Amino acid sequence: MERSSTLIGSIFLLISISCLFNPILAAASGSGEGYSIAGRVKLDSFVTKGFGHSPKLSEIKVILNGGQRITFVRPDGYFSFHDVPAGTHLIEVSSIGYLFSPVRVDISARNPGKIQAALTENRRALNELVLEPMKDEQYYEIREPFSIMSIVKSPMGLMIGFMVLVMFVFPRMMDGVDPEEMRQAQEQMRERGIPSLSNLVAGRS
Amino acid sequence: MEARFLLGFLLLLSLSSFAFSIYEDQVGLADWHKRYIGKVKHAVFHTQKTGRRRVVVSTEENAIASLDLRTGDIFWRHVLGKNDVVDQIGLSLGKYVLTLSSQGSVLRAWNLPDGQMVWETDLQISNPSNSFLHVLGNVKSGRDSLSLVCNGGSIRAVSSIDGLVVWKNDLSIDGLKLKHVFQPPESDTIYAIGFIDSSQIALYHINAKTGELLKHATQASSVDLSSETSAISSDSLVVLDSSRSNLLLIKFTAGIITYHKLPLSDIVQDFSGLAELIPTKSNDIFVVKTPSGVAFKKVKGDNELELIGKADQAGIVSDSLTLSEEEQAFAVVHHSNNAISFQVRINGREVLTEGIKIEGHRGHVKRVFLNNYVRTDKSHGFRALIVMDDESLLLMQQGEVVWSREDGLASISDAVVAELPVEREGVSVVEVEHTLLEWLKGHMLKLKGTLMLATPDDMAAIQAMHLKSSERNKMTRDHNGFRKLIIVLTRSGKVYALHTGDGRIVWAHLLTPLLQSERCPSPSVLTLRNWRVPHRKALQENPSILLVGRCGAGSESHGFHLIIDSYSGKELETQILDHSIAEVVPLPLADSSEQKLHLVIDDKLNAHLYPRSSDSLEVFIREMSNMYYYKVENAKGFIKGYAFKKGCSTGSSAYCFGTRELWSVVFPSDSERIVATARRKINEVVHTQAKIMTNQDVMYKYISKNILFVATVSPKATGGIGSTAPDEAWLVAYLIDTVTGRILHRVTHQGAQGPVHAVVSENWVVYHYFNLRAHRYEMTVIEIYDQSRADNKDVMKLVLGKHNLTTPITSYSRPEIATKSQSYFFTHSVKAIAVTTTARGITSKQILIGTIGDQVLALDKRYLDPRRTANPSQEEKEEGIIPLTDTLPIVPQSYVTHTLQVGDLRGIMSFPANLESTTHVFSYGVDLFYTRIAPSRTYDSLTDEFSYVLLLITVVVLIVAILVTWAMSKKKDLQEKWR
Repeated sequence: MERSSTLIGSIFLLISISCLFNPILAAASGSGEGYSIAGRVKLDSFVTKGFGHSPKLSEIKVILNGGQRITFVRPDGYFSFHDVPAGTHLIEVSSIGYLFSPVRVDISARNPGKIQAALTENRRALNELVLEPMKDEQYYEIREPFSIMSIVKSPMGLMIGFMVLVMFVFPRMMDGVDPEEMRQAQEQMRERGIPSLSNLVAGRS
Repeated sequence: MEARFLLGFLLLLSLSSFAFSIYEDQVGLADWHKRYIGKVKHAVFHTQKTGRRRVVVSTEENAIASLDLRTGDIFWRHVLGKNDVVDQIGLSLGKYVLTLSSQGSVLRAWNLPDGQMVWETDLQISNPSNSFLHVLGNVKSGRDSLSLVCNGGSIRAVSSIDGLVVWKNDLSIDGLKLKHVFQPPESDTIYAIGFIDSSQIALYHINAKTGELLKHATQASSVDLSSETSAISSDSLVVLDSSRSNLLLIKFTAGIITYHKLPLSDIVQDFSGLAELIPTKSNDIFVVKTPSGVAFKKVKGDNELELIGKADQAGIVSDSLTLSEEEQAFAVVHHSNNAISFQVRINGREVLTEGIKIEGHRGHVKRVFLNNYVRTDKSHGFRALIVMDDESLLLMQQGEVVWSREDGLASISDAVVAELPVEREGVSVVEVEHTLLEWLKGHMLKLKGTLMLATPDDMAAIQAMHLKSSERNKMTRDHNGFRKLIIVLTRSGKVYALHTGDGRIVWAHLLTPLLQSERCPSPSVLTLRNWRVPHRKALQENPSILLVGRCGAGSESHGFHLIIDSYSGKELETQILDHSIAEVVPLPLADSSEQKLHLVIDDKLNAHLYPRSSDSLEVFIREMSNMYYYKVENAKGFIKGYAFKKGCSTGSSAYCFGTRELWSVVFPSDSERIVATARRKINEVVHTQAKIMTNQDVMYKYISKNILFVATVSPKATGGIGSTAPDEAWLVAYLIDTVTGRILHRVTHQGAQGPVHAVVSENWVVYHYFNLRAHRYEMTVIEIYDQSRADNKDVMKLVLGKHNLTTPITSYSRPEIATKSQSYFFTHSVKAIAVTTTARGITSKQILIGTIGDQVLALDKRYLDPRRTANPSQEEKEEGIIPLTDTLPIVPQSYVTHTLQVGDLRGIMSFPANLESTTHVFSYGVDLFYTRIAPSRTYDSLTDEFSYVLLLITVVVLIVAILVTWAMSKKKDLQEKWR
């Protein structure tokens, strides 16, 4: 663990040097002890599906430390916070349609200019502060396309289905029985005196 | 066993789908969303192209917005951060809106058509102070134009195209405050004028291309200079002195500063009081506003002044509008009764006077922004944006109000719910709905919609049908309790009643002018409460609302109370009280006319009983020994509990009661600071006190109205995230009984810090805080159970109602309680938290979380259940226990705001409908959003989704089938008999 952190550290040192030319994750000390955090919000890899809401970059806000500061992204997706004190900070991206993981950003007080970033949701370290959505969010339920099954499955469908069953299948069941046997069975029943439903009702009343 | 099976089946049903979710075509059925901007403080008109008539405004809610001048609709809007107050806005290059914010340290450019931020520059100002923005018109290095930002003694020139600082010049002189920057046409020199320590006038010549200081001159002044200046030409300036009774005319031709002191009494007739200068732009004209009137002055020669126009009444004057080189237009607005007179003066000469009627509830005019347009005959027409006392925004043109926006609703401070009138027999409020054929047609369409057979046109028709459904917008009470009034109080002291059906304003009243009197110089309304909720005895009486406020700014100033009718907003009673107001405590008691008893606690801890009637006094005295009050002193770090006693310290009124301290909880100030408190809603209903566990055990919920949740953090953790290390931060959560002061439960979270948001309901607390070790937000649930009744385990008795549940929970005896707790990670920052409330408390609860993205998430309480385990047993699964995960899931379909955002979300409110399954959710910020949700689905009514046509078809098919089978059996019988 110790080794890996120094490794990351050296990577970041490299990046921060290269950042003098390429401001992806720059850490220039501003007035006094403040540092700058610069990054980029990237939506390219997420193709809008033309469903519901198509997000615009102008609607995206980047929030530092739960609302301490709010900034907006430029047309190219870049954003920056200036004059941030050393310490561990939290960056959140607010956007309709996408879920972004909050990002933990460490600004080292001892090595000025050393900044580390990691996604808090899956603890993945970022070697440059490019924020990509974890997933897109669908706020509406999607209607099931029309199918006969959906009607059949509905309570009304079940009722009709049962009805049809009673109408057409039950008589066939009777058909299968030999009429002779049927008559015998009926006679047996009568002899035993099993009360039919109508008798039962009549008897009660 | 059977019961369990049934229960399992029910749970399976409820598990099979998410509790809250809607289809896209259901948007707007039960919900509405209104967007506002807040009180406008700057406005910049943009009329470059006739096709695009827009105005860009910035407001006191830190919003910048582009509005359509024709309709007042919002094209785009951004709400900046809390500390990012907009100082000034301007237009640059005709396509960018520049905003200077955070006391002049941040400059942003926004694309005018769509509101996309183009660039942002941190100006790195060491000591932020009053600063201003000046967009230079004629420095053209390429096709760029520069914007100058002056802050104290430093100037920065920023390129308008990419926001880079082209040059900066810190004039490094102590006490220098630049006041004015200008550049003569066709010149490369910028002149900057400022005051040093308000006693010296300084002039700087700066090269516009490089920022190099060319020369400077200073001149001591004989009077103290105030900050109000007005530049009247390219080389002169008018300044008010700090006593506001003298004018200084400063000239700085050829690098030499000369000034003339002119007493205002010489300039303005009958001068008394304090004067104001209205900022102008060149043309040797300046405007002085005094309490008695407005004077337009022109400077002639070196120090001669000429009065070129005056308005006798003091009115509101707009900033100057430059029509041409010679012409400056001003708008002067006077207010009288329900009308305003709107005057436009060009160079002091009156060119237009219009009288315009304005609704009385808007109050007086606060600000005016003047704009002109060129008519077809090349003459100038004028329009003006007017900001009123109630923060509403009006556009006036040709003597009438073209549109108005109720932007006061962007600053809601409190809200209550009131019922609508009962529908009386014989009085039909809405005409009888369409015929049966239309009804069928509508349902056919709906059926098509459900079966996904509908064409887009059909879908649109369905949508329109839903939206215009008159049922939901009626002005009467409905059986389900879906139609209600939400009564809101705004910062400006205006009260609005909003209809839950479509969010329209039923009535609105501005209270401050009503209350303003000699005894009450500057009234401000603090809170509103339900005063009378008639249900039993006083059903014929109208419900009413109590508003309580203060007459002055300090906590010791007199209070007032006001009672208004909630059907009409009519004022019923106003009273200026002879005591101050610290807190209003609603009591769970009512007098014989259903007026709720309220105790008003003053700053000397005396309690005053309202309403003042012998009846209420009797009710209160009977219950006085059971009444307690507690006070949380956040700053001092203690909570004290009090009982009431007869006779108070300040007077001998029978309605005034003294308090007696019973207990106090003092938090050590070196290790703990109170950051949040929460308690149960006073009117929350709990259905059952018992909870049956998986192993047939019964746990009794400890349900007490007196539980107070208090969260404290270590002093170092009171700052924001990023200001402290995990070792120095901790959060302590307490559950305190407010009657005895007993600490029922205490838990410490090491390495945690605020902000803490908590909600208390039934027997549980849910709170949200930041875990510094994991660097993630966390939510913890604590459930409290009563152990003293734990041996009472007969479920049968409980089910049959024979169990002695009537034993009251009392705070007097020491309860044996057990707590269960569990913590989970939560992805987002939280702005507000609430819990759903239903009429009977049977429906399962959802926690409503206002996230940092200004959305409202409905999270099932089942996710915040301390009984969750990683591998629940079969029985536990049957009971609906969700396997434990370290993070609370965020299901996008459970956002109640779906694709909408409630800009700058501040509060969420949930109130029950009559239907047990359904609850109203109202969330407010700069925007308003309302919807109805059913946390366990609508199990007690058919939804709108229900297809009546399918039912009808089924019934018809069944009848036909019966007839057919009957005929068949007849036939068969006959055959049988013939055989």
